[in-house]
Amino acid sequence: MAEQKVWGLLAEFETPQTIFTACEGVRDEGYRHWDACTPFPVHNLDKAMGLGASKVPWIVLALALFGMTAGFTLQWWTSAVDYPVMIAGKPFVAWPAWVPVTFELTILLGAFGAVFGMFGLNRLPTFHHPLFGSERFARVTDDRFFIAIESRDPLYDAKKTKKLLQKLGATHVEEISE
Amino acid sequence: MATAHDTIDPLDPVKGRAPLILGNASFADITNAVAAPLEQTSYKGWWLGFGAAVLTLGVLLISVGYLVWEGTGIWGLQNPVGWGWAIVNFVFWVGIGHAGTLISAILFLFRQKWRTSINRYAEAMTIFAVICALLFPTIHVGRIWLLYWVFPIPNQMAMWPNFMSPLLWDVFAVSTYFTVSLLFWYVGLIPDFATMRDRSKGLRQKIYGGFALGWRGSMRHWVNYEKAYLILAALSTPLVLSVHTIVSFDFAVSNLPGWHTTIFPPYFVAGAIFSGFAMVLTLAIPARKIFHLEHIITTKHLENMAKIILLTGSLVGYAYGMEAFVAWYSGNEYESFTFSHRMFGDYAWAYWIMITCNVVSPQFFWFKKMRRNVTVLFILSIFVNIGMWFERFVITMSLSADFIPSSWDYYSPTIWDISTFIGSFGLFFTLFFLFLRFIPMVAIAEVKTVLPQADPHWHPESAHGADADHATKEAHAHG
Repeated sequence: MAEQKVWGLLAEFETPQTIFTACEGVRDEGYRHWDACTPFPVHNLDKAMGLGASKVPWIVLALALFGMTAGFTLQWWTSAVDYPVMIAGKPFVAWPAWVPVTFELTILLGAFGAVFGMFGLNRLPTFHHPLFGSERFARVTDDRFFIAIESRDPLYDAKKTKKLLQKLGATHVEEISE
Repeated sequence: MATAHDTIDPLDPVKGRAPLILGNASFADITNAVAAPLEQTSYKGWWLGFGAAVLTLGVLLISVGYLVWEGTGIWGLQNPVGWGWAIVNFVFWVGIGHAGTLISAILFLFRQKWRTSINRYAEAMTIFAVICALLFPTIHVGRIWLLYWVFPIPNQMAMWPNFMSPLLWDVFAVSTYFTVSLLFWYVGLIPDFATMRDRSKGLRQKIYGGFALGWRGSMRHWVNYEKAYLILAALSTPLVLSVHTIVSFDFAVSNLPGWHTTIFPPYFVAGAIFSGFAMVLTLAIPARKIFHLEHIITTKHLENMAKIILLTGSLVGYAYGMEAFVAWYSGNEYESFTFSHRMFGDYAWAYWIMITCNVVSPQFFWFKKMRRNVTVLFILSIFVNIGMWFERFVITMSLSADFIPSSWDYYSPTIWDISTFIGSFGLFFTLFFLFLRFIPMVAIAEVKTVLPQADPHWHPESAHGADADHATKEAHAHG
């Protein structure tokens, strides 16, 4: 049997405080292909990791504007162009009456942008991931905090990286295969 | 000191405020406490409640089946009261839904961290209430096989819906509200589905895992997740206000005395939040007891909700007073007749039930003792639910005495009005019991963030000592 390729190292931490300083440490070493996995969003951990801002708001803005335009155009085209019907002597382009539906469609498409934009950026659903191979990793949704450093990172060195993680306070470090 | 949940709790050393979760719970304690109701071996009590709910749901199915077969004539509808209990029940259920969105979205934007213990619960209530609400206009159209006329779908008549009609705005508002609430709820559930996945085996694990989408708590994911959640909250806030505004437009845009007033949108929104919080209390008080979640949904949470009920109840009371004042001060005889008819006419009994339940009963919440007494809270929350149903009834019954006295009539419900309304509770509780059995009823991941030890700068040593708060603040300044 061929030996399985190493995906990276998984280090376990017990508290939000230790993972916070550990993330600062890994960031300062200059690693790029790594991640922290936590049961809840630890406050400011993204900054400790040196992550940039999320792109979700831009997706929401684009889709909300699309929803607004589409909503207004739909009402204008159906009531004033395709089949205008005179109702109670009101003008065909009675735009103030179109505000509610335009508004609702803006919100609806904006919400789609937030949810499906987030799924897209996070590549969800992803049912298979090397980290799920670790038994200890099951506690990531309970009370344990993890740092995973991938072997494709240029700074990755099985021994040195492991030592770094232990120095940063990891209670357990294991190798993860693909 | 803090042996009973009702005593004053010690202060959180970091924030200098009382902790939201009692009993020095650890992260794993929270997971176990919330997952426990889903992992019981015996569900005797649950089957009892679920069985009763399903039977009531059967009443609804029979009522709706007969309605579809026979038509809306089986209700007490007549001229001039063409809108009967269906619209009353519709507004009642939509209103109940609004507290869920208020808790999940508006309190989130205001950084009211106590919401994390009750938001999952309240959002579930929102979704189920909106399902019940959507049922009533759907069956009220009579020929429900023509329901697609309300959507802008190209059809054989080459006609489009009338976008100037408030009833059509309702279609868009309520269906958007339902969709966005469902998405918001689901996004909040993803990390908790992952928790359930990691705790279960076999088929259960596969099902929870499917809903969890492969969530692994990655911080790179959390960044997008938290931003998406914040934006959903920001979108839901104007949405929830717009939904009940548009529901009130159903009435306010028509030229009927008692309906055609500008106070309706804010008055309806306040009433919706009022009734919704009452329903959250009605549901949460028994559940926290049965499922032993009193340290997560604490007396403080109930007290905060009682305060909101007092505020919104007083706003509703103000609106009743202002309506009556304007009816008199306007000098419009139709308007003032409508109000004196409401207060002293055929439906005076309903009007005074409304005033007693909605304006008088919340006044008990001025007293801290009352706000922290679980029995009082439960009883008063039921009063508010009843009162808010009667508010919509009183408003709708303005139809009974219209402009021509010869056409006035008194609306009496038939057995089918009543069975459909009772049956809608069956639908609501069937869904709710399924929720209690299969979905974590408290947002596990979110509650963990409000524990003191979740703060990355928390030190166990600083938990003791007199000016721990001061010391931590200094540490922040230097750090």
